[in-house]
Amino acid sequence: MNIALNLVAVQTIIRKEMVRVLRIWTQTIVPPAITMTLYFIIFGNLIGRRIGSMDGFDYMQYIAPGLIMMSVITNSYGNVVSSFFGAKFGRHVEEMLVAPMSNAAIIIGHVAGGVLRGLMVGALVTLIALMFTDLNVAYPLVMVSIVFLSSIVFSLAGFINAIFAKKFDDVSIVPTFVLTPLTYLGGVFYSISLLPEFWQTVSRANPILYMVNAFRYGILGASDISIGHAYTILIGFVVLLFSACVILMRKGIGIRE
Amino acid sequence: MHALTIRNLRKTYDNGNEALKGIDLNVEAGDFYALLGPNGAGKTTAIGIVTSLVNKTAGEVCVFGHSIDTELAAAKSCIGLVPQEINLNLWESVGNIVFNQAGYYGIGGKTARQRAEKYLRELRLWDRRNDIARSLSGGMKRRLMIARALVHEPRLLILDEPTAGVDIEIRRSMWEYLQAINSDGTTIILTTHYLEEAESLCRNIGIIDGGRIIEDARMSTVLRKLQREVFILSVADRLNNAPELQGFKTSLRDDHELEVEKGPGRDLNELFAQLDTYGIKIVSMRNKANRLEELFLRLIENKNGDGRAA
Repeated sequence: MNIALNLVAVQTIIRKEMVRVLRIWTQTIVPPAITMTLYFIIFGNLIGRRIGSMDGFDYMQYIAPGLIMMSVITNSYGNVVSSFFGAKFGRHVEEMLVAPMSNAAIIIGHVAGGVLRGLMVGALVTLIALMFTDLNVAYPLVMVSIVFLSSIVFSLAGFINAIFAKKFDDVSIVPTFVLTPLTYLGGVFYSISLLPEFWQTVSRANPILYMVNAFRYGILGASDISIGHAYTILIGFVVLLFSACVILMRKGIGIRE
Repeated sequence: MHALTIRNLRKTYDNGNEALKGIDLNVEAGDFYALLGPNGAGKTTAIGIVTSLVNKTAGEVCVFGHSIDTELAAAKSCIGLVPQEINLNLWESVGNIVFNQAGYYGIGGKTARQRAEKYLRELRLWDRRNDIARSLSGGMKRRLMIARALVHEPRLLILDEPTAGVDIEIRRSMWEYLQAINSDGTTIILTTHYLEEAESLCRNIGIIDGGRIIEDARMSTVLRKLQREVFILSVADRLNNAPELQGFKTSLRDDHELEVEKGPGRDLNELFAQLDTYGIKIVSMRNKANRLEELFLRLIENKNGDGRAA
């Protein structure tokens, strides 16, 4: 494999993705900022005052890490699925397929684009959160590594969705019917210790619970789950999903006839 | 050296359609090769396999000696593709499309910018470099696809109907440009429905139909097979009847136009000599149909006729 060639190719895809994200900033950056501001005002400020504290933290403080993570997850996923499916639909994916860069380079370039958008939006939501509450980061390395790994996982998942998608409806099915419910049930707004034992066990099957809680642990130092489990699950998903992407690209599923 | 070697290439799609039934093809380095065939003949499938956009069912493909099975990246580096359908990111700027394509081939930074500028200037798109592709006319989009295909300076350029829907002036300028890059050493494979385009540009020709190569030879050799040609003669004086000429079939198209069919073994000197005996003065003369077009239709008809008989 020509490493220099692939590095230039990856840089090119990342640059192209960033140009795209910034070109359509009213679709990529502004909506999550507005949505999260509303969450902070309604759930954090108005309803949160009545709820009081959660796990010993002010409710606004408690939900802030979950909301930041939610925006990172949905934007990482959304960026890759819409960009790669758009390239398939407009057939300009062929620009990359006829070139000598490796399949891994195509995947890494798009995933990096998703991660960068996720982190940009995450940073913006963090700034919004700081207007409503104080966030003192307890474990910066945990916070950064968890948000980075989560963003990679959902960018890879978005890539797989784009590979299988045949029409625009297929792009929105997973975010609407899988991602959003799992995020809302992943402990963004509550601690699973509030749930009955049975539902706590069910919740532990939700991978997003580990991401949200590990990220919350990085910021607040409190978590419902073991951080070790969170890292194991995240790294496991990165390896599994990346391998799936490489296999799908090699077979040409959804992209080559 | 062969720019492209295809051996027993087969493709059967998932729906059972056997698009290629074992084709063999050699294209010499430096050639300007026409690959012709009716719609659905298998041209685009063959090109798709060579450029790795379509997975083959069986067979071998080598590009400048690099097998697409074992040295795919090296084979891809040699190829530039101008596809049949517009496949540009219509929301991206013209400059970025060409610059990014260089990046996909590992050409970055200053060299990529210089190459992008060079080819956009040569294809007369430099002034539009900051516009999005969507704002270009159909002809400009075609030229942009050529610039994009050339930015990594491929040794083999494959053009799948590059002049479809392009006006005559732009088509002619594209022909001149393609001839220039071919004379600089780039091997070109062209598929087109404009047979005059193939006849005037290409030295060798392959005709594909029903997933099989039915002709693969020099253009001049193929055209020599055309033993029957029909000419339209414009005459100076009014004609009431078509003159009877020995060895030629004649008919009047109107009182100043004569249609003459030249059979095998006859030449034009003979025709003019006979017309002279009638005192008919010829003002101008043209082929009724493009020669290659006539031959192409005959080959396809013969093949279909054979198929029916079998």
